[in-house]
Amino acid sequence: MQARYSFFSLARNALGYHENWPEAWRSPEPRGSYDVVVVGGGGHGLATAYYLAKEHGITNVAVIERGWLGGGNTGRNTTIVRSNYLWDESAALYEHALKLWEGLSQDLNYNVMFSQRGVLNLAHNQHDLRELQRRIRSNRLNGIDSEFLDAAGVKAFCPVIDLRSDGRYPVLGASLQRRGGTARHDAVAWGYARAADARGVHIVQNCPVTGFRISNGRIQGVETAKGYIEAKKVAVVTAGHSSVMANMAGFRLPVHSVPLQALVSEPVKPVIDCVVMSGAVHAYVSQSDKGELVIGAGVDKYVGYGQRGSLPVTEETLAAVCELFPLFRRMRMLRQWGGIVDVCPDASPIISKTPVQGLYFNCGWGTGGFKATPGSGWVFADTIANDNPHPLAAPYTLERFTTGYLIDEHGAAAVAH
Amino acid sequence: MLLIDCPHCGPRAELEFSYGHEAHIERPKDPDALSDSDWAAYLFLRENPKGVILERWVHSHGCRRWFNVARDTVSYEILAVYPMGAEPPKLEQARYV
Repeated sequence: MQARYSFFSLARNALGYHENWPEAWRSPEPRGSYDVVVVGGGGHGLATAYYLAKEHGITNVAVIERGWLGGGNTGRNTTIVRSNYLWDESAALYEHALKLWEGLSQDLNYNVMFSQRGVLNLAHNQHDLRELQRRIRSNRLNGIDSEFLDAAGVKAFCPVIDLRSDGRYPVLGASLQRRGGTARHDAVAWGYARAADARGVHIVQNCPVTGFRISNGRIQGVETAKGYIEAKKVAVVTAGHSSVMANMAGFRLPVHSVPLQALVSEPVKPVIDCVVMSGAVHAYVSQSDKGELVIGAGVDKYVGYGQRGSLPVTEETLAAVCELFPLFRRMRMLRQWGGIVDVCPDASPIISKTPVQGLYFNCGWGTGGFKATPGSGWVFADTIANDNPHPLAAPYTLERFTTGYLIDEHGAAAVAH
Repeated sequence: MLLIDCPHCGPRAELEFSYGHEAHIERPKDPDALSDSDWAAYLFLRENPKGVILERWVHSHGCRRWFNVARDTVSYEILAVYPMGAEPPKLEQARYV
């Protein structure tokens, strides 16, 4: 049993010069068989394993990760958490996630540094403004806090935005979700890993899955770099690599994979205490607790699995950031990277059973999966445990592409796909 | 930044081109005869390969003509450029896990 993290454990370990902290999770060799194998050790996969153990009592679970925990999109996003989505289905799912975020540090006994600093979505023209107003009203009908700020209100809430009338991207107004904010992305992976491990889940890193064993339309197990692992159920949560996994299982998905870029600047003193998003010009800015500006950019226009991103995308975003925040023009960027996101035609995720019995996919989160991490794990665990979609996940099955019941969230997804 | 060899204008920067996604997806000849799931497959299901992809590009800021490209989605190397309607060239598939 792990020791709880607390003020007292901190003080006790300080006496030992912090040299005696136990490891946060074990690194066992995989057993020959499990009830559930989760493929993918990012936030969503680890959350799935955690809620399987906590909510459904299924602890004979392994999380198999190709690289290291949170080394994919969990460690590559811009850490923004919000729930102001347009449609009822999305509002319910993302709001459920946001409510879990609000108690997550206590639940996991791990500080995920969730900071509800407020998320602004800017409107630059009349069309943006109308769409924003529509979304705000839709949010409020769904019980999600969302309010409209006019230009003066934006200036008061976030003084560093340039509101002079001759700017290239005039700001006419913004929506504000005060409960939105940021969280420490690595801590989310580590916290879920530690909490899942405490409940008996095995976490296996550096172990790529190379194939599935399927007979009579039913999953039997997974082939991995550490040998064959038998599994009653297999849950695939591999984001950008979902098509690769589906291909191994013999079907195709309605997604395409593209790199989504982000950058951080050199660290500076506190200058921006909220999250500013502008979907229209591809500029998302917040400031990390270390002082770096965290800047989110757009996706490449062509399919790619290189975790880099294309230079024109970087240039476009930085140009927009410099227009909106003239005082950032002399900032230097420290790092730039890309994460491979799998984008659905309707910019909504897939949480679904598949043509193979006992094989479940949670994918298609596109450019906005981080905010949903707890909710995604919650509903996916329920779907796996009951072999039946959780009510919140029911609209997100693969069947929606056949029935035509698409959930078009291109507007609220903010990054144009 | 990709350097794409337009068959009509020569090598140009990626910015001059627009993307047309996967190539060789044929519109069903008789859509009325199709089941919903076949129609969904035509509309939505994609190969999305990690490895060689066959895709369409158009030189929007140049000759404005369409052509096909075979490209590795990991190394981003452009392996072949060939005209619309032509059969894809035989290419070695790199294996990525």
